[in-house]
Amino acid sequence: MTDTSYDRAPGDQSVPLDEEESGPSSILIYSIGLVLSLGLTATSFWAANTNLLWGPGVPLGLVVLAVAQMGIHLVFFLHITTGPDNTNNVLALAFGTLIVTVVVSGSLVIMTNLNDNLMPPAGMQMRH
Amino acid sequence: MSLTATIGDIPRGIPASEAGPAPKRIVVAYGFWIFLLSDVVMFSAFFSAYAVLVHATAGGPTGAQLFNQVSVAIETACLLASSYTCGLMSIAITRHHRLGTYLGAAATFALGLAFLAIELNEFAGMIARDAGPQRSSFLSAFFTLVGCHGLHVTAGLVWLIVMMAQVATRGYAAVVQRRLQCFSLFWHFLDIIWVWLFTVVYLMGVRP
Repeated sequence: MTDTSYDRAPGDQSVPLDEEESGPSSILIYSIGLVLSLGLTATSFWAANTNLLWGPGVPLGLVVLAVAQMGIHLVFFLHITTGPDNTNNVLALAFGTLIVTVVVSGSLVIMTNLNDNLMPPAGMQMRH
Repeated sequence: MSLTATIGDIPRGIPASEAGPAPKRIVVAYGFWIFLLSDVVMFSAFFSAYAVLVHATAGGPTGAQLFNQVSVAIETACLLASSYTCGLMSIAITRHHRLGTYLGAAATFALGLAFLAIELNEFAGMIARDAGPQRSSFLSAFFTLVGCHGLHVTAGLVWLIVMMAQVATRGYAAVVQRRLQCFSLFWHFLDIIWVWLFTVVYLMGVRP
């Protein structure tokens, strides 16, 4: 019974003491995550302020950068993996993503539609 | 075949479905992960409210007039760095390294506190300029969304102090380690929320 494997959950650092040698590599994982996040954040701030890019496309680009950075955080900081002990976490994450997408995109679509179709008198924007 | 296998030591080659109950730290992390996802759903509602109301300024100041990108960049750097030091703290906890744990916690706490100080300073400046939450729906949504994240950071700082007291009094007991694991999940999760905040509120908000 010496040949054992250990489950890992998101953020799980409690490696048994006989696997101590995995220490330096986990510092490396956090450092890679930090560098990638810093790069993506800097790109976001640059993209929001530059005149080099086509203006109307910038918000979409910012969303893509945010999704990428979220992925970096999930993998390098929260340690979401594809391992068998992570299946439940990934499924829950997928469900959460579904709910968030429905809530956000549904609200935006419905409210934009209402604003367009209710046709307020001229000069009266949606002001509360 | 071994009869001495204990819970938590799953022999290789056995499918996860036949390996018996998962170790407690995995179950605890899963439960906390579910809580975090429910928190994400709550934030998504606030994000939707903000996105819907962002142009409803009622003749008041807009985001482009209020937001200061330099302080937002500093806040982002603080939170990202504190996420990193929180990761270093988790590594020290794995090794039962007390000094490393305290140093990592102190750095995480200081950076989180710096973030909060800058954010509160920004809020105070806006309220002093008659741009408080009662000025327009845009500002109500803004203060709700950003303030809710700030409250989470505050709760995280209190939690961190409590955890350090537990490390000091109870050492690296299994239950303390599991709580610290949940804390680091919470702290990294707050950074993910902040990524969306600075993208949606600040960077998109300052564009004409």
